[in-house]
Amino acid sequence: MAGFFKDDNKQRRDAEIPSGSMADIAFLLLIFFLVTTTINVDTGIGMTLPPKLEQNQEPPPVKERNMLKVLVNAEGQVLIEEEPASVAQIRGEVRRHVLNYGKQPDYAVSPSDAVISIKTDAKTTYQTYIKVLDEVWMAYREIWGQVARTGQLPNGETVLQKTYPSYQEYRASLEPGEENVIRESIGANISIAEPDLGN
Amino acid sequence: MASEHFQSRNTDTSPGISTASLPDIVFMLLIFFMVSTVLRETNLKVRTRLPAAEALTKIDQKRLISYLYIGPIKQGENQGQTAIQIDDALIENKQAIRQIMYTKLQEQPKLIVSMKVDRRSQMEVVNEVQQELREAGTLRINYSSTPASPGS
Repeated sequence: MAGFFKDDNKQRRDAEIPSGSMADIAFLLLIFFLVTTTINVDTGIGMTLPPKLEQNQEPPPVKERNMLKVLVNAEGQVLIEEEPASVAQIRGEVRRHVLNYGKQPDYAVSPSDAVISIKTDAKTTYQTYIKVLDEVWMAYREIWGQVARTGQLPNGETVLQKTYPSYQEYRASLEPGEENVIRESIGANISIAEPDLGN
Repeated sequence: MASEHFQSRNTDTSPGISTASLPDIVFMLLIFFMVSTVLRETNLKVRTRLPAAEALTKIDQKRLISYLYIGPIKQGENQGQTAIQIDDALIENKQAIRQIMYTKLQEQPKLIVSMKVDRRSQMEVVNEVQQELREAGTLRINYSSTPASPGS
């Protein structure tokens, strides 16, 4: 009985804090975070709005031939340069317009001068607008992809030292601060015109 | 001497697998999730079924994004009416957008406004919002949309 209170007996048995429930607590916290957070990366079509015009300031002049006008009405019907067209035709028209290099009088003088103007009706649905905008962007992406694959501009001018399998690869290979040559030579100028008020 | 030693070992009860490192592993996972994600901040009062598009870009820096929702109201007396929501509140007066966005731009000069617009909304309201954003000077916008398979 007396041996029970002996000093050496106490020292041998170290008291252990039970840590079995620690894992359960941590799992509980983990599940809470999994449920309350969003992991998905935001995807979308990036645009830059034109800056606000000062009063009495005229919008910058654009030559008529450099502008490709795309009109969309409330029913989702498309007019390209006053001609009825379908949404699927936009991509080809944009390519022809941008890569014209002054050959045809109706299309743009050079890629950097080319402007795509999208005008929608007030009653046009957002989905139709995004579809049209998407086609225009895809046209530019195809052109950029072509430049990245061949290393040459469509007029034969060599701009890249080496070729890349796609435009994405080229962009990923750029050092921060390095100039994006493809974007510099063929910049996407998309203008969103003021809407009709639906009268 | 030696045989005695071995005997005492063998008679021990079967040793349990040590689970001491389990909490460490789970905490590591937890910390990873805490660092890599952002808490869901807003509860949506408007429905936003996003349109599909092909030419998508990713926004990796979540800290730069400010969301703007446009769509029909989910519940309440004005159910079905198209409304604009910024953060947690519906915007009654569209003129207020420029003040809100201007304040946000002062805090984050590289602000990107992510527009989550319902696919059935009309361009009228989208254009009005865009004019307000121009007034505020928040020119970087992003039309949030879901990926579409090519050709569909």
